[in-house]
Amino acid sequence: MKIHEYQGKELFRQFGVATTRCIAAFSVDEAVEAAKKLGGSVWVVKAQIHAGGRGKGGGVKVAKSLDEVRDKAKQILGMQLVTPQTGPQGQKVRRLLIEEGADIKKELYVGMVVDRVTQRVCLMASSEGGMDIEEVAAKHPDKIHKVFIDPATGLADGDAQDVARKIGIPDASVGKGARLLQALYRCFNETDASLAEINPLIVTGSGDVVALDAKFNFDDNALFRHPDIVAMRDIEEEDPLEIEASKFELSYISLDGNIGCMVNGAGLAMATMDTIKLYGGEPANFLDVGGGATTERVTAAFKIMLSNPDVKGILVNIFGGIMKCDTIATGIVSAAREVKLSVPLVVRMKGTNEDLGKKILADSGLPIISANNMAEAGERVVAAVKGR
Amino acid sequence: MSILIDKNTRVVTQGITGNTGQFHTRASRDYANGRACYVAGVNPKRAGENFEGIPIFGTVREAKEKTGANVSVVYVPPAGAAGAILEAVEADLDLVICITEGIPVRDMIAARERMRKEKRRTLLLGPNCPGAITPEEIKIGIMPGHIHKKGRVGVVSRSGTLTYEAVGQLTELGIGQSSAVGIGGDPVNGLKHIDVLKLFNEDPQTDAVIMIGEIGGSDEETAARWVKENMKKPVVGFIAGLTAPPGKRMGHAGAIISGGKGTAQEKLAVMEECGIKVTRNPAEMGKLLKSVLK
Repeated sequence: MKIHEYQGKELFRQFGVATTRCIAAFSVDEAVEAAKKLGGSVWVVKAQIHAGGRGKGGGVKVAKSLDEVRDKAKQILGMQLVTPQTGPQGQKVRRLLIEEGADIKKELYVGMVVDRVTQRVCLMASSEGGMDIEEVAAKHPDKIHKVFIDPATGLADGDAQDVARKIGIPDASVGKGARLLQALYRCFNETDASLAEINPLIVTGSGDVVALDAKFNFDDNALFRHPDIVAMRDIEEEDPLEIEASKFELSYISLDGNIGCMVNGAGLAMATMDTIKLYGGEPANFLDVGGGATTERVTAAFKIMLSNPDVKGILVNIFGGIMKCDTIATGIVSAAREVKLSVPLVVRMKGTNEDLGKKILADSGLPIISANNMAEAGERVVAAVKGR
Repeated sequence: MSILIDKNTRVVTQGITGNTGQFHTRASRDYANGRACYVAGVNPKRAGENFEGIPIFGTVREAKEKTGANVSVVYVPPAGAAGAILEAVEADLDLVICITEGIPVRDMIAARERMRKEKRRTLLLGPNCPGAITPEEIKIGIMPGHIHKKGRVGVVSRSGTLTYEAVGQLTELGIGQSSAVGIGGDPVNGLKHIDVLKLFNEDPQTDAVIMIGEIGGSDEETAARWVKENMKKPVVGFIAGLTAPPGKRMGHAGAIISGGKGTAQEKLAVMEECGIKVTRNPAEMGKLLKSVLK
């Protein structure tokens, strides 16, 4: 689960990570009020969407008067913000953050992720703030400093100070920098984050070390113990189809193609998408229907796939194993009837009572095409969609 | 022979009283030597009772002492699963197989750190995995037993149903399996491809291996480099997710391309460089393996 920058900064403050002063705004008037409340003479108006790269798409603007705050807020609020991470369709801006102007002397990068090799949380820091960290990793790998944190002791004083120095925090501010890194680790750990990123982390003219941005991802499997974080969820930032799918415990992700697919198991679902592509088609989605492909869930899955107007055909691939194919077939037929299926449907199922399952599909009177294996299924659904 | 488990394995089920634990314990017990292999269950609140004749103990340690159990299988719900793994580790079992999906990553980081620091000898398979099977001897986990056939090909995979797909193809071609092992789809887990490949390499009853991976992480690359230097047997491979978009978690917690890393293309390229024959068509995993058998 992701949250907005302003919510991330609230979490930062709770854990003692210094941030700039800022206030969230949901309308242009609120933006101006926020600027008044903050005082000063320079503000930054920032679009709040879950994707990064907001500055590049025109979603972050400096204002030097309250009138300018109003103008910039008008420009940004409601715009369809396109960034390198949103895709070409962009994301509508519904929330703003008004931030006091900062006196930036240095821009640095700090991030935390779970490292799969060491199985520890990894602190990554670099003197190259404001840039894409992947770009830094590619061009200047020597400028990225890493610490793999022992979960039993946390980020040690020595390690934190060492990293603070290496990324160019001046001597007088190293203590502040180290404390910020340690607070960031506590925040990451205690909120069950899977990613936390401050880009840029700045050193100000007065020597303070301050988070100018806040990016978070949380481990979905741990949300059950964080109702406060779940409360920050902004479903307007998420794909409505993915939300609908999650209500039925279906794992669904929209893609750009025109062949819907419903599969049991994540690995087989990806392999099925790959098969569609291999035979010249494009998958419209990833959909893992899970272990219990009941009529109810299959019906929900069909409805979700078909609510994408691009879908011109559906491939169902179920490796039943323990499940019986006749049960699966009955579910598919009744789901197809309920949604009045009008696009070609190719079904490949494997498991107990395969022949009985195929007979149920054939006898249904519905235009269902059976396939004996994944290759045949891929070939047939692509041919059906292309009208061959 | 086989790897990790065989007909002499004695299994204790943690979470034997839940629906999932009961369903799969029953199916596993009914497979091959299951009746002799499934000797105990654990539930602190139900000690002294039994599940269809399998005695339930209060702790894993007690189950081990009373029944000689040396492997545990965990069906405990996510919030308590890491604790269940550690209990089996502390009881000094040979292997813990954790089926549970949805364990918080932080819990697994803490559990793995303890296992390393305390230099525990217990191996962990999973979590979020289908388990392991040595066909016609023993099945520990949720895979359908009947699709397997005893033989000399090893299977190792991060995914459940995709493993069944590979096994199904092999069996249809008349090729049996020595053992099939699911290492699971979580980012922080126990045995990895490389560990399972090492075991297959040493197993005199395994002639060749199918290794199945997916997007996310770099375990397949690490395993491939090891294969190039050390593996005495042919390995063929498939990686799921050539069409997966970056930055999206594809069902499994660990199946995500992040920062351009962990793509299927990258994994396939390294595997090929290391002499592993790969296919981009999941329908041809079995055929590809057949082509490398002498």
